[in-house]
Amino acid sequence: MITLTINGKEVQTPKGSTILEACQQAGIPIPTLCYDPDLRLAGSCRMCLVEIKGRPLYAASCVAPAENGIVVETESPGIVAARKVILELLSARHNFNCQVCEKNGNCKLQDYCYQYGVKESRFNYGEPTNYPINDPNPFFERDYNKCIMCTRCVRACEDISIVRAISVENRGHHAKISTAFDGNLTDSPCVFCGQCVMVCPTGALTSKVSAGLGRSYEVDKVLTTCSYCGTGCTLELNVKDDRVVGVTSNRTDTGSPVNKGALCVKGRFGWDFINSPERLTTPLIKENGEFRKASWDEALDLVAKRLGEIKTEFGADSMAVFTSARVTNEENYIAQKFTRAVLGTNNVDHCARL
Amino acid sequence: MIEEKRIVLRNADLIDPEKIEDYLLAGGYQGLEKARSMSSPDLIAEIKKSNLRGRGGAAFNCGLKWSFAPADAPVSYVVCNFDEGEPGTYKDRIIVQKDPQSLLEGMAICGHAVNSKQGYIYCRGEYPYVVDLLNRAIDQARGKGVLGDFDIEVRMGGGAYVCGEETALIESIEGHRGEPRIKPPFPGVAGLWAQPTVVNNVETFTNLPSIVLNGAEWFAAIGAPNYPGTKVLTLTGDVTNRVSIEVPTTATLREVIYDFGGGIKEGKKFKAVQVGGTSGGFIPESLLDTPIDFDSMRGIGATLGTGAVFVMDETRDIVDITTRIAKFFEHESCGKCNPCREGTFRAYEIMKKINQGQASVQDIENLTILSQVMEKACLCGLGQAAPSPILTTLKHFYPEYQARLQLN
Ligand SMILES: Cc1cc2nc3c(=O)[nH]c(=O)nc-3n(C[C@H](O)[C@H](O)[C@H](O)COP(=O)(O)O)c2cc1C
Ligand code: SF4
Ligand code: SF4
Ligand code: SF4
Ligand code: SF4
Ligand code: FES
Repeated sequence: MITLTINGKEVQTPKGSTILEACQQAGIPIPTLCYDPDLRLAGSCRMCLVEIKGRPLYAASCVAPAENGIVVETESPGIVAARKVILELLSARHNFNCQVCEKNGNCKLQDYCYQYGVKESRFNYGEPTNYPINDPNPFFERDYNKCIMCTRCVRACEDISIVRAISVENRGHHAKISTAFDGNLTDSPCVFCGQCVMVCPTGALTSKVSAGLGRSYEVDKVLTTCSYCGTGCTLELNVKDDRVVGVTSNRTDTGSPVNKGALCVKGRFGWDFINSPERLTTPLIKENGEFRKASWDEALDLVAKRLGEIKTEFGADSMAVFTSARVTNEENYIAQKFTRAVLGTNNVDHCARL
Repeated sequence: MIEEKRIVLRNADLIDPEKIEDYLLAGGYQGLEKARSMSSPDLIAEIKKSNLRGRGGAAFNCGLKWSFAPADAPVSYVVCNFDEGEPGTYKDRIIVQKDPQSLLEGMAICGHAVNSKQGYIYCRGEYPYVVDLLNRAIDQARGKGVLGDFDIEVRMGGGAYVCGEETALIESIEGHRGEPRIKPPFPGVAGLWAQPTVVNNVETFTNLPSIVLNGAEWFAAIGAPNYPGTKVLTLTGDVTNRVSIEVPTTATLREVIYDFGGGIKEGKKFKAVQVGGTSGGFIPESLLDTPIDFDSMRGIGATLGTGAVFVMDETRDIVDITTRIAKFFEHESCGKCNPCREGTFRAYEIMKKINQGQASVQDIENLTILSQVMEKACLCGLGQAAPSPILTTLKHFYPEYQARLQLN
């Protein structure tokens, strides 16, 4: 164990911990922007700075190792002043329109500006940032006028999705998140998994599918399993007034043991069918070439009757069941059980084998 | 008057840099031979004792740095930092152009100390002709077999100043975007391709053959005790003689400028000198009797840095020069960390406003607080040092700023 002093309090932490981890264990809050426990460390936003007695430079606590005997201050006047300047520098390049921003109420920049009382920036010199917002993909908006260059999206794309569709182009203030040759995501290797959207701490990356449908604080989050395939990813349905208005990730080990928040394009963005007027909500029975609505009991009775007749007349092996990767493991299990035990045939197959 | 003292430039203009035979006749590779007769720990201890401190800017004890590399690593690397991107600095080019074998010998000595078989020279992209010279020198050294089982490859930079920072340099050799890494781990533990890596400057390496040959005590007795040896300085700006010189580190700035530089051009008066490159502090007349060694320069809020000596005469406009410097950093910031990426941009904008006579006292206050935060909060030395010209000119030449402010 390592023993260090944080804000006058002696704290013990396992060897190999960072100062940030030691603070978290001791219940001392530290603001972070680029830090994400699921991603490779960047140490670049400098919001998590702390002062270590006797050292001339501030240390980024998310990457600085906790060392025996060091004396750390997390909210000294110098640190607070530095965080304010950093927030003001970010504000100076930020297009604040919280009132219509999808991230309002769930935005780290907004939270920290509030916490540190940053009402306006002292550094509004030069031209304001003015990037065009015109990525035509149907899934998410990229508004780099709200980007704080934390590179969480780049690291998520590289480390979680292993796609590397995006990276940083240019240098200094002109550095920007970009695909190769700064094109559209649709012309890049992007698979629209939205892991970048998941980790973005601001409104730079937001879902187009749920745009305008509800604020993060207005929705109930219902933990469920994605019904698109057998992987069994956990996701959170965002429900407002009994309507699904979005999907977000649950990133905890317990809440999301299979996928830890990672999803694919279908799970994250493909939920709008739920409220589609074209969606079938009752069984249909075809009579004289026309479909008519039926109850579940009537439909199931009809299917059972017809399957029984076919089995009697032609034998069980005259039937086969073909299951789908678009249903869950449990449903696939039931389908094969039904085929073998009820229909009485081994003629069961699955689209994943094609 | 102090005299030049030549250690790294001992062969300059005395031998043909294209001929390894000349170097050998001048005693070349005897240092390496002696180093190889010593055990690695003894060699490291000897270099540590000589108190040779890095000549690339940070002045870290060379032997101590080597001692951090694990002795039993199966693969490790020796990297020479020849990026030399600091404006006004050309000492490494002079050293290599006049005596390339001396650099190869120094790197091979380091290779023996840290048990490395592979060296890389990261050469500034603007020096393609020096790359050619180095490659010919390496071929000759291989041909003569003097390097033994140690090999050296030259890699070229792409023109980014930040790639002189040792971890950005490593990223660049690996083929990545030139951005500094977070430390720890330090390169000595996990550097190039995650292997232990020693990065030293050209001038640091070229000191080694003489130190090994003549012993640590010999070196430690030259110049200032805390920063012994010599320093190669490059004089630019309004000095009569724009030359490069090698002087003991006890030399004062006044001696450098007036005895070697021949004083200010055209009989004008001295106004300021900036030492150590673009990120160095500005020094007024009153501090010219400071010796150039690292710690003395630190003591006056300046830096020895790379040893660039940029002299400005009485006609020079400090605010305008500082604005141009701010532009340099705005251009060279890699953009990784917030305070430097945004700070260098806004600092340049504020300096422009001041330079154009449109600024108020409030703008200077904003610039000051920004600079003070950048010094302590930036991720790497670029952003930490970028405010130094601003803060030192505000300190020593405030009237020039004041004269530019809007009156209301
Ligand atoms: C922005 C920046 C640029 C640098 N450029 C150089 C350079 O061009 N040459 C160099 O030797 N060191 C440069 N350094 C210092 C290196 O990071 C490193 O300290 C040095 O190469 C170590 O060698 P030394 O111990 O022999 O001085 C630079 C540092 C920073 C922060
Ligand atoms: S990203 Fe955050 S701070 Fe920016 S407009 Fe949206 S809610 Fe406001
Ligand atoms: S959607 Fe997925 S693949 Fe596309 S950029 Fe984001 S993380 Fe990368
Ligand atoms: S888009 Fe979002 S995640 Fe990516 S760098 Fe910008 S703020 Fe960070
Ligand atoms: S200080 Fe500047 S150059 Fe260094 S990492 Fe930060 S942005 Fe890059
Ligand atoms: S959270 Fe530590 S530097 Fe960004």
